[in-house]
Amino acid sequence: MLYLILVTVGAISIYAASYDFDNASLFDLNEFSGKQILWIGLSLLVGLVILLMDYRLFKIYAYPIYGIVLVILLVTIFIAPNTKGSHSWLVFGPVSLQPAEFGKFATALCLAKLFDSYNFVLNQKISNYFRALIIIFLPIILILLQRETGSALVYISFIFVLYREGMSGLVLFSVLCAVTFFVVAVKFADPLILGIPMGEFTVFLLIMLIFVSMLLFYCKDGIIGRNVLFGFAGSGIIVAILSFFGVEINGLIYFLSILGIGIIYTAIMMFRHRIAKYVITIGFVSTSVMFLFSVNYVFGNVLEPHQQQRIKVALGIEDNIMGAGYNVNQSKIAIGSGGIAGKGFLNGTQTKLKYVPEQHTDFIFCTIGEEEGFIGSVAVLLLFLGLILRLIHLAERQRTAFERVYAYCVVSILIFHLGINVGMVIGLCPVIGIPLPFFSYGGSSLWGFTILLFILLRLDAARKERTD
Amino acid sequence: MRKDYNLEKRKYVIGGFIGIIVLIYIIRLFNLQVTNDKYKESADSNAFLRRIIYPSRGLIYDRNDKLVVFNKPAYDVMIIPKDVGEFDTIALCKALNLTKEQLMEKWADMKNPKKNPGYSAYTPQKLISQLSLEDYGKFQEKLNLFPGFFVQKRTVRNYAYPAGANILGNIREVSTADIDRDRYYRRGDYTGDLGIEKSYEIALRGQKGIEILMKDAYGRIKGKYEDGIYDVSPESGKNLTLSVDIELQQYGESLMQGKIGAIVAIEPQTGEILCLVTSPNYDPSLLVGKERGKNYGALVQDPYKPLFDRALQGAYPPGSTFKPTQGLILLQEGIVDLSTAYPCHHGYVNGLRVGCHGHASPITLKPALQTSCNAYFCWGLKNMIDKSGTTSASQLTKWKDYMVEMGYGYKLGVDLPHESRGFIPNADYYSSSFRGSNWTANTIISISIGQGEVLATPLQIANLAATVANRGYFYTPHIVKAIADSVIDPKYREIHRPHIKEEYYEAVAEGMRMAVTGGTCRLANLPDIEVCGKTGTAQNPHGRDHSAFIGFAPYQDPKIAVCVYVENAGFGAAYGVPIGSLIIEKYLKGEISPSRKGIEQRMLNSNTIETSGVKKH
Repeated sequence: MLYLILVTVGAISIYAASYDFDNASLFDLNEFSGKQILWIGLSLLVGLVILLMDYRLFKIYAYPIYGIVLVILLVTIFIAPNTKGSHSWLVFGPVSLQPAEFGKFATALCLAKLFDSYNFVLNQKISNYFRALIIIFLPIILILLQRETGSALVYISFIFVLYREGMSGLVLFSVLCAVTFFVVAVKFADPLILGIPMGEFTVFLLIMLIFVSMLLFYCKDGIIGRNVLFGFAGSGIIVAILSFFGVEINGLIYFLSILGIGIIYTAIMMFRHRIAKYVITIGFVSTSVMFLFSVNYVFGNVLEPHQQQRIKVALGIEDNIMGAGYNVNQSKIAIGSGGIAGKGFLNGTQTKLKYVPEQHTDFIFCTIGEEEGFIGSVAVLLLFLGLILRLIHLAERQRTAFERVYAYCVVSILIFHLGINVGMVIGLCPVIGIPLPFFSYGGSSLWGFTILLFILLRLDAARKERTD
Repeated sequence: MRKDYNLEKRKYVIGGFIGIIVLIYIIRLFNLQVTNDKYKESADSNAFLRRIIYPSRGLIYDRNDKLVVFNKPAYDVMIIPKDVGEFDTIALCKALNLTKEQLMEKWADMKNPKKNPGYSAYTPQKLISQLSLEDYGKFQEKLNLFPGFFVQKRTVRNYAYPAGANILGNIREVSTADIDRDRYYRRGDYTGDLGIEKSYEIALRGQKGIEILMKDAYGRIKGKYEDGIYDVSPESGKNLTLSVDIELQQYGESLMQGKIGAIVAIEPQTGEILCLVTSPNYDPSLLVGKERGKNYGALVQDPYKPLFDRALQGAYPPGSTFKPTQGLILLQEGIVDLSTAYPCHHGYVNGLRVGCHGHASPITLKPALQTSCNAYFCWGLKNMIDKSGTTSASQLTKWKDYMVEMGYGYKLGVDLPHESRGFIPNADYYSSSFRGSNWTANTIISISIGQGEVLATPLQIANLAATVANRGYFYTPHIVKAIADSVIDPKYREIHRPHIKEEYYEAVAEGMRMAVTGGTCRLANLPDIEVCGKTGTAQNPHGRDHSAFIGFAPYQDPKIAVCVYVENAGFGAAYGVPIGSLIIEKYLKGEISPSRKGIEQRMLNSNTIETSGVKKH
């Protein structure tokens, strides 16, 4: 089983990460690795219990479980002690639990149950979207209140589930565009081109490109798209020539006016041809422009300074090696120094000598990168890819929406965790404190993922039972 | 349950999405781990602390195994800026014996990236160098008051005698140029400057050891890497034994007090330099410790140039000390034999006139050396240059070749830095400097008496004395006699024999003996040592004549050959002869006989700097 392999490799990595040259036993309960083995044992037990349970229980108790978890999340906000600024840990003597980890499977179950309701089709009624979004956003709000932004963001990944269940691909596309626009606009604040930052300039060009592509895609004869394209290109050339000869042109006014003209032109064509798809194009383009304007506002006024900092560091705007970029820089050094074959088990100097902070939790991937090298890290990535693809396959072979939706929830969460965690360790994503599934030290996260996965296995097993 | 097969295709989008992410990450990992070495180096510099273990520098002994240069501990005050906590500035100033301004200046210098390019708040930085033992004691007591401060022990040179600074040299911190030139050095290392500290740097410095330690993110040492199998233990510098007799050196320096010039004494049989005095000089311990920079600046500024080693850097007209070489060449070339006599009517008169003093005329070689007759050597050179059946140029080339064989015109190759080569003109030189008009024997005649274009260092002149003492051979003069557990450069054990017969050297030696017994060097006529000598009185454009002397003793089986050169001190007999004879007597007898104490006192107390061309500002 992929699960067992991942968990075992994970435990060994934690052992490697916390190994301290002062000899430590793999099974010493005072060490991280020892504790993790205990956690693995317990989680296997949990898994076993889940496998022995009646599969119908999950479906029946989906809403109550969701409710209970929400209550726990709510309570946590008030009773949890302050740990590095967040109130997300419940402490029971020597053991502390992070309820947010358990919110994932509860929300997944609840979402699955919703989609399994009689005759529930996502696209049928707009209220169906609302119901799904409420289920997703309730835990997000509670976790945000715990100041655990990273875990809250994980729930965003349910967008994949919505997509699979019929949400328009346009939404997914828009979200990806939004992320791209955001990154580009924030990252390239200078230099100025035509009086506006290069990032904004690039985003305007992208919007124009998408505008033209959408027109060309939706419009059968392509005349409108071609006209708009020629309009954009022609005006662009004129602006370029003028500014080359020293005429000062305000880029903002130019882009807004040329896009405006394009939209008006498209609108006229829309009334003439009565093709509703043009509305989407117009809407998309106008929203993009508005989004662009709001980005700076959100970045400057809504995000907290440490979040701004993290995003800036991740985007490579700020290179404060001793400050916020320290983690990422050291983890890059750790991974980069691994080479092809790595330094060998327990021989990593970066990780052994504690240059990478949080290396047994969020930055566990460094240890693999440093000690097992390129081969090891790629193997781990492929292992995860295999697991995810396998789960997608599993999801598609389910007969009922409940199982299928639940399986996709698991897939989405894994994609998000893997993408963000590995991305931040290798310096491609902002540092959002979320663990690498099955690897990172921590009982809650391991249990959370184990429950998530074993419920799915139980449901899949039930599929066969029912056919018998 | 309706199954939407259209939506089922969306699994490929989701699967593709994660597939692309994984692919991007793999490419990124490939880029980080396989195609980029930068991170490997960063990790090493993070984790490994290469602690250098400094070897002790080699000690220096004189020829009688007296310890001349040794090491003493000095203490550098170091700080790790990041760890420096709050402290009482006034207490620190008191403990370090500094004013607040001085401390602030040192602090600013340490942080100045131009003066200290290796500055980092995380690594040890040198705040104050070379604290004395007393200051160190005071500071050590209060060290706990100053977090982030610590003391690093180093060694500095210490000198048992305030003499021989020009021979010994000193050590200084390496410059950026040194580091670029030799990868051995790291910032803050010491290297030899001047003297044998420089020329024997590699033997003296030894080999640094390296200890590879692992440090964690907080800079704490976590033990030796791989139990120290990659460590290199330091190798101490090699001890040197000088050929110099440090007491003779000291005596020579005291004789030269108040004078500008040099004394070089050589043991003829070996080429070992017994003393190499330059004057004015300085106490080598001036260039040690905190005051080094200030003192060095003062020495550089001094108009008498004490850092200039006149014994081997000064190129002087050799004057009459040159005459033995001329006699040798004339004999070897067959221009004269021992009975050939030339006329001297108060000088060489042949269209032009080179003056001479009163003595019998005509005169043969030995009496010519005895009385230092100018005319004899002028006639000799003229007859050689104008020899029938030859050209002037080929004859002069022949002459130059003999001179070079005798060690003139090129660096002798002494084991000290910055030796001058002197100057021996050749035919091409005259052809180009007499552009158009032809040069003749007459136009160059003054080279026969060591004037004109000819220049030589006191070391080269002393080497002539050694060659005559040996009756025809010399070893390249050298200052280091032995290097601990290794051998000196074989070039110092290689015999050099000019192509001149031994019997001619014997004749010249006899002439030089006659100069002492009844000629220009009578002051060197010691009752119990047979000294041979030759004076020199060199005209020069800088004022009074230079007073020079070469000699060796005893006449048979010589043990010492000496050259004395005193700038602007008049006749050779005035200063050259007495100083040279005192050096010979001191070396051979160990003390000055009571009858000669008067001469010694006169030399110790006289001052010729006043008559030199150099004026103190």
